[in-house]
Amino acid sequence: MTTVIPERAPLYKRLPVVHQLRTSVGLQRTMLVAGLVLTAIFVLTAIFAPLLAPYSWDQLRAGGELFGAQQGPSADHWLGTTVGGFDVLSRVIWGARTALLTIVIGVALSIFLGVAIGLVSGYFGGWLDRVLVVIADAIYAFPSLLLAILAAIVISGGQSSMWGGILATAISITVVFIPQYFRVIRAEAVRIKAEAFVESARVVGSSHTRIMTRHVLRNSTRTLPLIVTLNAGEAVLTLAGLGFLGFGIEPTEAGDWGYDLNKALADVTSGIWWTAIPPGVAIILAVLGVSLVGESLNDLADPRLRTRRRAAATAGVVGTTTAVPGGVLSAGPEGVAGMDDLEGPPDFPLSGPTAEDGERA
Amino acid sequence: MSRVVDIQDLTITFDTDAGPVRAVRGVSLHVEPGEVLAVVGESGSGKTVTARSILGLLPSTAQTSGAVLLSRPDGSAPHDVTTLSGADLRAVRGRDAAMVFQEPSSVLNPVFPVGWQIAEGLRAHGGLSRAEARERAIDVLRRVGIPDPEHRVDHYPHQFSGGQKQRIVIAQALVLNPSLIIADEPTTALDVTVQAEILDLLRRLPAEFGTAVVLITHNMGVVADLADRVAVMYDGEIVEQASVADLFAAPQHAYTRALLDAVPRVGGLRLRDRSESAEASLARKVVDRDGPAVVEARGLRITYPGRLRTPGFTAVDGVDLRIGPGEVVGLVGESGSGKTTIGRAIGGLTPVSEGSLEVLGIEMNGVRERRFRPVRKRIGFVFQDPATSFNPLLTIAQCIAEPLVVHGVAASPHAARGRVDELLEAVQLPRAFGDRFPHELSGGQRQRASLARALALDPELLIADEPTSALDVSVQARVLDLFARLQSELGFACLFISHDLAVVDLLADRIMVLHRGLVVEEGTGDDVLGAPQHPYTQRLLASLPVPDPVEQAARRTAWEATRA
Repeated sequence: MTTVIPERAPLYKRLPVVHQLRTSVGLQRTMLVAGLVLTAIFVLTAIFAPLLAPYSWDQLRAGGELFGAQQGPSADHWLGTTVGGFDVLSRVIWGARTALLTIVIGVALSIFLGVAIGLVSGYFGGWLDRVLVVIADAIYAFPSLLLAILAAIVISGGQSSMWGGILATAISITVVFIPQYFRVIRAEAVRIKAEAFVESARVVGSSHTRIMTRHVLRNSTRTLPLIVTLNAGEAVLTLAGLGFLGFGIEPTEAGDWGYDLNKALADVTSGIWWTAIPPGVAIILAVLGVSLVGESLNDLADPRLRTRRRAAATAGVVGTTTAVPGGVLSAGPEGVAGMDDLEGPPDFPLSGPTAEDGERA
Repeated sequence: MSRVVDIQDLTITFDTDAGPVRAVRGVSLHVEPGEVLAVVGESGSGKTVTARSILGLLPSTAQTSGAVLLSRPDGSAPHDVTTLSGADLRAVRGRDAAMVFQEPSSVLNPVFPVGWQIAEGLRAHGGLSRAEARERAIDVLRRVGIPDPEHRVDHYPHQFSGGQKQRIVIAQALVLNPSLIIADEPTTALDVTVQAEILDLLRRLPAEFGTAVVLITHNMGVVADLADRVAVMYDGEIVEQASVADLFAAPQHAYTRALLDAVPRVGGLRLRDRSESAEASLARKVVDRDGPAVVEARGLRITYPGRLRTPGFTAVDGVDLRIGPGEVVGLVGESGSGKTTIGRAIGGLTPVSEGSLEVLGIEMNGVRERRFRPVRKRIGFVFQDPATSFNPLLTIAQCIAEPLVVHGVAASPHAARGRVDELLEAVQLPRAFGDRFPHELSGGQRQRASLARALALDPELLIADEPTSALDVSVQARVLDLFARLQSELGFACLFISHDLAVVDLLADRIMVLHRGLVVEEGTGDDVLGAPQHPYTQRLLASLPVPDPVEQAARRTAWEATRA
């Protein structure tokens, strides 16, 4: 049997983002690359903040001399100083670290809880499922910022420490995001539990735990990278929103873009641009970066939205490969279901029932 | 008048993730006015793509070279569809050529009345008032055989049966009086008895409407029934073109011969007879045919619960069934007859509502999963759709090892590999296939792997739910052949569920015909299919088109007689 074996790329090429990057072309690739670059800058800034920032986030003086308040950009302070006398550039760089911590904690908490609840709810169904869906809908109706303010007060009693601020934001977005993961995983679980391979596992006699983990869970995580990136952007915005409303982190505890924006409010009218623009731009770029990655992943995951390299008009014969008409459009999880039927030419004559002249009817 | 459509050296290339794929290579075809041209071939042979190119209905990833010359009803010079775009292409569609799709329920929009949908084509090509369009819609509905069209024109698609829906789709194509209709597998989604009605309508099209038909199908019976001329496509090329009589009488190309040989026929050679005589020397399990029944059902009723205030739906209504050890029982019926439900109930997937169903000594009515689980290892199940019956993230070896691991025969998929390799060899797949993922196998290969999984624990009972209905004819022949061989070697009892009388006749010791949840006829293949007693079985047999134009013509006359 001369079957054409589709080449399987090495493992690193099949990792979520790397795989999409390799298959993308044109504008979609530009979007994805731009998003990845912005995100990489954001993450690297957060990790290497101690090396990059010229001063600490709460430093007011260097060499025994005060920085001074609202100083314009200079060689010592590239982006000037704030009304409180902090170095703007340093606070923007340290702020990236706070934002990243919020994203990691918030997304990690919500992903584990949301996926676990969604899986159980979707797989078993029944009254538990109905109750959970109603709760999820109720949470959807709740404004996340209000919840975050509540969490901030409960956790730190209004005292805004670094971890208090991060946890308040993380917990509030956890509560808001759990329903999103819950819904996605539940919908996938409901769909997948009706698939023939799950039925086949049931017929074989697999236990519920085994079916859930081995068959349902592994097949329902396809859209997670997308939601994670979109939620990451929202986490940054919530943190900034809290800081802007005055429920953020004290300047002595950590860098916080929202807090700096709040304090820069009065400066804007007096023509001082350098205190407001840098943290604002930082927020925009961080959110834009992760959103671009998310949007591109979304487009690339859908075969109908994905653009492909054009074939040359005189493309050579491609082996014995044949395409199922329309198959590429309705591609399944593997993306190229249209390429499934790669069975080679049957060896003539085909073995099989030979019914020559047994007609009787 | 000249040719309706003339395809010249058509080549179509698709851009895919895996690089460019040539779906059609240098195809030349033509259709005369009023002619029925059948394009046959397996899935992936390029037949649908070729036909769709006539209407310019290809996705944006397709690149076309060659010419598709489509004539115009007003007799002016034909135009090349491949060069048209936008408004010009829209003007051609529906007026010069129209399309009938495979699945009528998904072609019709459920939120609009059918009359509105038929008139949509008239509106698109303009010039008619509301009342005139409605008049035309009613007229065309009457001509395709919808009773009481004045009233039913305002009904919604869900108020029609599957066959009527397909008639409406045909009416939609006919309303602009195109000179060509492209019918893409128009009867594949329909039951045999309904298929016969639709074929009858399609046969009348050239005479009554003056329309030429391009019929795309893989069913050689349909070809024999309907076509004037046949083009056989294989791997993007036309390997043979001949009149229908010539093609069936003297196929020239090896592929055509193989295709015709692979078509199962009612009353043809039985696979069981052959394997018993030819391979009697093979070591085979001796089964005591008179032992206690593997499955015994008495007055089995299965009801699906209804929604609030609506009664439940009774899928199986008092069925008596017995499957002895080593016996192959074929269950035949149309969709909705309850045949799959019986299979699922035996496999413990659907609860029994009333009556008694004993599977391997366990009473299934009100059974607890804990009590049934030990019995599950003695039952194998082969599902209909090979594309979805494997977890796409596990390798074939891991999938086949699953039953071994679950029942503690092997500690891990890795430890089970020896047995998995044996099983793969038993179903004639190379051992290396164990390391592939399901989507890397073709449909037939996947279905063989599915058989390997079902046989992993050496079951006493195998339930096969339409195992070959998603496969091409030649692939189906190989899978059935393998099935028969394994059955006679391993001696498992089997419930073989199918809608295809010919396939069941090939394999089964005993056939049960199911109609609306009731067994209407039961007996050996010769009894049931040779001399059917029940009118339903007779109708079923008469509706089945046979792949022989001469015989089919005679049968058609007989069928028309039973209908009158």
